[in-house]
Amino acid sequence: MNDVVTVTGKSRSGDICSLSFDWDRTVEPGQFVMVWAPGMEEIPLSLSSVGDVKSITFRIIGKDTEALGTKETGDRLSIRGPYGRGYKVNDRKRTLVVGGGIGIAPVLPMMADGLDTALAARSAGELDFALPAADKATGKTWISTDDGSMGFCGNAVQLVKEILKEREYDEILACGPEIMLFFLHRFCVENGIKCQMSLERYMKCGCGICGSCMIDDKRVCADGPVFTCGEISGMKDFGHANRDPCGTRVLFR
Amino acid sequence: MDLRTSVGSLALDNPCILASGIMDETGEGMARVLRAGAAAVVSKSVGTGPNPGHANPNFIEEEAFCLNAMGLPNPGIKVYAEEMRTAVACGSVIGSVYASSPEEFAELAGCMEDYGACAVELNLSCPHAAGYGMEVGTDPHMVKRIVSVVKDAVSIPVWAKLTPNTHILKDIGKAVEEAGGDAIVAINTLRAMKIIPEFGRPFLSNRFGGLSGSAIRPVGVRAVYDLYSTVTIPIVGVGGICSHRDALEYIMAGASAVQIGTAVLKGLDVFSKVNEGLRDFMREYGYPSVKDMVGVAHE
Repeated sequence: MNDVVTVTGKSRSGDICSLSFDWDRTVEPGQFVMVWAPGMEEIPLSLSSVGDVKSITFRIIGKDTEALGTKETGDRLSIRGPYGRGYKVNDRKRTLVVGGGIGIAPVLPMMADGLDTALAARSAGELDFALPAADKATGKTWISTDDGSMGFCGNAVQLVKEILKEREYDEILACGPEIMLFFLHRFCVENGIKCQMSLERYMKCGCGICGSCMIDDKRVCADGPVFTCGEISGMKDFGHANRDPCGTRVLFR
Repeated sequence: MDLRTSVGSLALDNPCILASGIMDETGEGMARVLRAGAAAVVSKSVGTGPNPGHANPNFIEEEAFCLNAMGLPNPGIKVYAEEMRTAVACGSVIGSVYASSPEEFAELAGCMEDYGACAVELNLSCPHAAGYGMEVGTDPHMVKRIVSVVKDAVSIPVWAKLTPNTHILKDIGKAVEEAGGDAIVAINTLRAMKIIPEFGRPFLSNRFGGLSGSAIRPVGVRAVYDLYSTVTIPIVGVGGICSHRDALEYIMAGASAVQIGTAVLKGLDVFSKVNEGLRDFMREYGYPSVKDMVGVAHE
């Protein structure tokens, strides 16, 4: 089922763009929608805010995100969803949220909800879009950049290790590039910390029918996109291989 | 109560098969559906080379139907060997193939046989791929040639999946039978379109797609009923089956087995639920086996 929504707000910093819209559906943090407008291909995006006003936040990386980035207040979008399984917050006080790069967008609703959050990016400029929300956050927030231009100098996994020196958490809820999640997952397993991670694969139907977004025998769209530590441990393609639009298995470099 | 059935020489533990195009792009996807209780799975329709299919958007679901124009995405028959290896290790896999000529169909079917498929299903019915599917499957002469050339090329059963987008379904069914086809699978999706009024244009990138789900069930049941009164070869019923009562409609219209596709949207437990429902129904209404119900609506 698709809904046609009207863009009510837009912000842009560098190549990261946010569009907000009123959409009367209940969405869990980590769930996603299929977004389309004439002139682009339909793409999956997790929601970056899930209250009465919803928003999507995306990096402009190709022709479809470029077309989506031209949308202005008043323009209309086709939205299908919400789809998939989002994050499940078990113990608010003992949960650490971790977002890396544009993977910060899907975890913003949990930061807004008061959970302690670590934000990591390559450089300060890539964090601009998240700073207003981080300023309003009522939980603790940490920031790191690969080049040290803001906050701790290091990547997301190094930041998490620093945080855990001073505080204890039972579970990490994360989103980011697969390489980051791969090492963060390994760290969690080695240190007996539970985790939930949002994964990504090429999607078509978005709702569990077509089988194009499989990781092993899991459908990212319907069984995920958020998977538990144990589920991820059983995935041999995690961190290793992808599927192209033909369904051909393609190894990561 | 005996849920076992057979489609010609192919014996099945229960009448529920996964329809082509659903969670079957990968071997592990098919294996999972077999573990969920499907008696067999039909693979994605595979062609000679890799095909990304149509651009997104190519799918939309509503309450009573889904509309898709996937466009036959597949990695090509050579690469698909790996997916088949994984799936065949877990159960019965029917290899679906699409092509534009009898010779190409035969070559692909031969590969599927080599990969361990228990039968081959000829896609003569996809409604949204130029030069393929229903474009070759609505001409009885062409259908007869394709089935007959494939029959000569393989020793596994040859099933022909037919389209409802024709007024000569019975003639096409007869062509399959005359060519030595082992079974008819009916129906594929109905050619359809969705327009988004706010944008004033079709939703699917391909504009046209195929309609599936509950909305098409009465069309499918009618098609199976028509075919059962026309041919003597077994029929596999497909189109909008979500429950055991839906499956019973097809079986009583003349289907020896059924395929389930779109209902996977609501959960993979559809296979076990339909089988459980069939068992209860048979107990209550005194049918000792599935075979005793096939075609009873004609009596």
